[in-house]
Amino acid sequence: MELLEPTRQAFALLLSGDRALWSVIWLSLWVSVLSLLLLAPVCLPAGFVLAKAAFPGRRALVVLLQGLLSFPTVVVGLLLYLLLSRRGPLGGLDLLFTPTAILIGYLIIAFPILVVFTISAVQGADQRLYETARCLGASRFRAMLTTLWEVRFAVMAAFVNAFGRVISEVGCALLVGGNIAGLTRNIPTAIALETSKGEFAYGIALGFVLMVTAVGVTVVLAWLQGEGGLE
Amino acid sequence: MRLRYFPFLLACLALILGGAAAQAQSMRLATTTSTANTGLLDYLLPKFQQRTGITVKYVAVGTGAALKIAEQGDADAVMVHDREAEDRFMAKGFGVNRRDLMYNDFIILGVPQDPARLRGMKDASAALKRIRDANAAFVSRGDQSGTHIRELSLWKAVGIEPTWAGYYLSIGQGMGTALIMAFEKHGYVLADRGTYIAYKDKVDLQVLVEGDQRLLNPYGVIAVNPARYGKVNHAAATRFIDWLVSKEGQDLIAGYKIKGRQMFFPMAAQP
Repeated sequence: MELLEPTRQAFALLLSGDRALWSVIWLSLWVSVLSLLLLAPVCLPAGFVLAKAAFPGRRALVVLLQGLLSFPTVVVGLLLYLLLSRRGPLGGLDLLFTPTAILIGYLIIAFPILVVFTISAVQGADQRLYETARCLGASRFRAMLTTLWEVRFAVMAAFVNAFGRVISEVGCALLVGGNIAGLTRNIPTAIALETSKGEFAYGIALGFVLMVTAVGVTVVLAWLQGEGGLE
Repeated sequence: MRLRYFPFLLACLALILGGAAAQAQSMRLATTTSTANTGLLDYLLPKFQQRTGITVKYVAVGTGAALKIAEQGDADAVMVHDREAEDRFMAKGFGVNRRDLMYNDFIILGVPQDPARLRGMKDASAALKRIRDANAAFVSRGDQSGTHIRELSLWKAVGIEPTWAGYYLSIGQGMGTALIMAFEKHGYVLADRGTYIAYKDKVDLQVLVEGDQRLLNPYGVIAVNPARYGKVNHAAATRFIDWLVSKEGQDLIAGYKIKGRQMFFPMAAQP
């Protein structure tokens, strides 16, 4: 198997600003980032409440969310496919094989990751922090923000983790997105299908971008954390 | 002492020889999704194995990919449907012993609402033009498969560059997926009849255009050149091809039916 020539072609493709290639990269990025932005205002408070409040069924809920962490993404895709198909209960929405369908999949996949990581982040914080903030007259909401800010690196780890999971996820995106060129073709589905067509240069170029993005985000976070730990 | 181990050694020997024999009795076929999706291979291959003891493992991809796999020496034979690409493959010396095998035909399918009003048209290219003019959704395999290449030549005949944003959907996947997607997107698709019949119950699509000469779809079968790739199982590939084009193979192909409909029509030249 030739390796050098496709790799050279891959970088030529990336540098030449090949439109099809960059539209694939762009789709992956915006859907992933948007899914996390949409989840943040829901998952952070949810995680905080689950970490702090005692209420019946809390334990079961936390265990359930932890279980969902390892829910296979391809099954998320399958269930969503059945729901959104024209012959499914939500077929009238015509959402199957659209970027919105991929976005919904990402929301489902990232939700438990963000909540569970936020729970452990908040539990890792100094318990006196919240009490002190309350004593000093902060509202509950304000005290929550203070606590979350104090554990911001752990919370960021939640987002990095979720980002890494959705951007590299292939099963769900392929099933409900359908890999339509210029519409729902994202980095993982393109790699999977271009390689099966023998278009190795394309696969290598996208694989490179995916690696740089996913690893890059983690590295930046680790670096930031190092600074934070110094104080 | 020695005798005690003898049966054990014999068993080992039998295992090794048996394993080697089984190895020699297996070959790899690179083929198109249509032969797999229609179930033709799963119908033919066990009969071939019964006859010869050779197991055929197949990988079903688009014609372009199947030929590429063979070009890398990763298959012993290919069964595809794109005559021009097959001829190029032969000319470059990748294959030997190309034989006409069978044909079926392409059809243009659409949702029953038929938004571009194709029903009853006879000219396949004109039908595609009407889809374009109506800005209706059209699902393209987009995978360099035989079906995709045929579709492109039909577009070319009416001078249309098939890239209209949002409606021309190039999916890079197999025929079955394309049918499902055409149904989901309320659109049209060019398909081989075999896959359509196999998928009829899964999607609400109707045959809107058929019978155009340009919609005939011949399949060829080629052995990968053993002079080029030492490792290919040429003996098995040759037996497989000979069997496919023999009266027995051709009769079996003609006899393969789904829901009472013949899927493929034999066309191998009989000696």
